[in-house]
Amino acid sequence: MSYSEKVVDHYENPRNVGSMDNEAGEVGTGLVGAPACGDVMRLQIKVGENGIIEDAKFKTFGCGSAIASSSLVTEWVKGKTLEEASNIKNTDIAEELALPPVKIHCSVLAEDAIKAAISDYKLKHGDAKTSEAS
Amino acid sequence: MGGNSQENPVYLDYQATTPTDPRVVDAMMPYFTQKFGNPHSRNHAYGWEAEEAVEEGRRQVADIIGANSKEIIFTSGATESNNLALKGVAQFYKSKRNHIITCVTEHKCVLDTCRHLEQDGFDVTYLPVQENGLINLDELKAAMTDKTVLVSIMAVNNEIGVIQPLKEIGAICRENKTFFHTDAAQAVGKIELDVEEMNIDLMSISGHKIYGPMGIGALYVRRRPRVRIIAQINGGGQERGMRSGTLSPALCVGLGEACKIAKEEMASEAERLHELQMHMWTRFQEELPEVYLNGDLEKRIPGNLNVSYAFVEGEGLMMGIKDLAVSSGSACTSASLEPSYVLRALGVEEELAHTSLRLGIGRFTTKEEVDYATDRIIKEVQRLREMSPLFEMAQQGIDIKSIQWAEH
Repeated sequence: MSYSEKVVDHYENPRNVGSMDNEAGEVGTGLVGAPACGDVMRLQIKVGENGIIEDAKFKTFGCGSAIASSSLVTEWVKGKTLEEASNIKNTDIAEELALPPVKIHCSVLAEDAIKAAISDYKLKHGDAKTSEAS
Repeated sequence: MGGNSQENPVYLDYQATTPTDPRVVDAMMPYFTQKFGNPHSRNHAYGWEAEEAVEEGRRQVADIIGANSKEIIFTSGATESNNLALKGVAQFYKSKRNHIITCVTEHKCVLDTCRHLEQDGFDVTYLPVQENGLINLDELKAAMTDKTVLVSIMAVNNEIGVIQPLKEIGAICRENKTFFHTDAAQAVGKIELDVEEMNIDLMSISGHKIYGPMGIGALYVRRRPRVRIIAQINGGGQERGMRSGTLSPALCVGLGEACKIAKEEMASEAERLHELQMHMWTRFQEELPEVYLNGDLEKRIPGNLNVSYAFVEGEGLMMGIKDLAVSSGSACTSASLEPSYVLRALGVEEELAHTSLRLGIGRFTTKEEVDYATDRIIKEVQRLREMSPLFEMAQQGIDIKSIQWAEH
C-alpha cells in the first residue's frame, strides 16, 4: 500500500505525542478502538478557563494512517472551543490525509476520539446532559 | 542482494518467494532459444532433445524426495499440485471412501479445495493445532474412520515455518490404508524428505520456493502401492494421463536444477541459516521486552521467524521499516480485516496477532543484512512503543484485558 505524503509526514514526525494527567480537572481523555481490532487511539485535551482547548496529546496503537489521523487532530483541536472541535468530521480528516477507502475507519476513529475526550471533560465538569447526548 | 533503501529493500520474505538461483537460470537458458523443441514431438531431434531435458529434470526432482522419476508429474505450481492431489484422489475413490482429514493451518489452496469437495458431498475434518503449531497425533488417530480416503497435512507451514511430524502421520495413514498427501512447497530443500521412510503417497512441490522459476511445480504420486487420481486438466494425455498440456522444458530443467542444488547444499545452508535465525531471535529477546515467537522454535525450518512485538501494530511497524521487505500477520495488510488465521489457530490472541512480522531468510541473505534488519526492527519497535497507549498502560501495570473496549 502506498501512503500519501501527509500520512508519511505525520507517521515519521508525529505531532504532540504524549500523556497528560488523567485525573486533572482541565484534562479530557478519549480512549477509543480496541486492541483486538488493531487500532487504539488515546486523545487528551487540556481546556483553558475560557473554554478553549490549549493543548492536545495523543498515543496510538495502529497502522500509519491511524497514527497520522490522531496526530493531525491534535493539531486541529488546539485553539478551538469544545463546540468547534466537536464539529471536526471524519471526512475532513480523510480528505486532508488522502486516505484510501480501506483506511477511512482510521479517520472515523479519530473523530470518535475527539468526541470521547470532550465528553470526558464535560463529565468531569458536571455537564451530564451533554455527555449523555454524545 | 538488497541494498538499504526503499527502492531496493533488504529481502526478508523467502516464504513468499525466493530469487531464482543464477545457476538455475544458466541451466534453463538454452531451452528458450537453441533447444526449443516440443518435448512431445516424437519425430525429430528437437523433440528428443527437449524430452531428454524434461526427463533429466524429472529425475532430479524425484531424487530429492527419494522417489522414482516415473512418480513425478509436472504442474504449474504447488496450488495446482494440491488441487490435483485432493480432487484427483477424492473423485477416484468416491464410491468407497468419502472422508478427508486436513488441518486448520493449511495453505488457502488446500482449505479452499476442501471447501469445494465438501460442496460435492465429501466430509472433511479440519484438525486443530496445538499452541506450537503442530497437530496432535492422537487427534489424527481419533479422526480416522474406515471412510477416510486421504489425510492432507502440510510438511512446513508457510507463515510460522513449523515442521509437522510427517513420519508419524505417514505411519498412522498406512495402518488405516488411508493415503497421505503433504504440501511440501515450503519443505523441499529445507528438511530431509523421503517418501518411503515417511510413507508419503502424494507430495506437492513448488519451483519458486526453492530458488527455481515461478510457474512450475510437481506432484509426486506413488506407484507402489498405486495411488489413482482423476485428471483435472484433460487433453493430449501428457504426464501419464494425469495432467495434459505441453511441458515447458526450460521450466522443467529449472525445477530439476533447483532440486539438485538444494540437495547438494541443504546441510550447509541449513546450518548457516540456523545461526542467522538464532542470532536474530536472541537479539530480539535480549533487546526488547515482550516479544513472542509464534510456532515451535525447535521443530522449525531455519529460514523462518514469526515474531509478535506486543503493543506495536504490524502494519504500522512495516511502514517504519520500508527498507526491509517482510510480511505481517496483521489484518491491515490483507483484504480481510481478520488477523492471520494461522496465528489465531495457535491460540495467539487477536491483539498479539496484530503485532506480528514474518521474517524469512534464505540462500542469499547475509549476516550484514540480518544485523541491519535486526537493528532497524528493534529501533522502530522502540519508537512506536513510545507512541503506543497500550505500552504505556502495560508499564503502569494496567491489565489491557480489564478495559471494556468497544466492538469494531
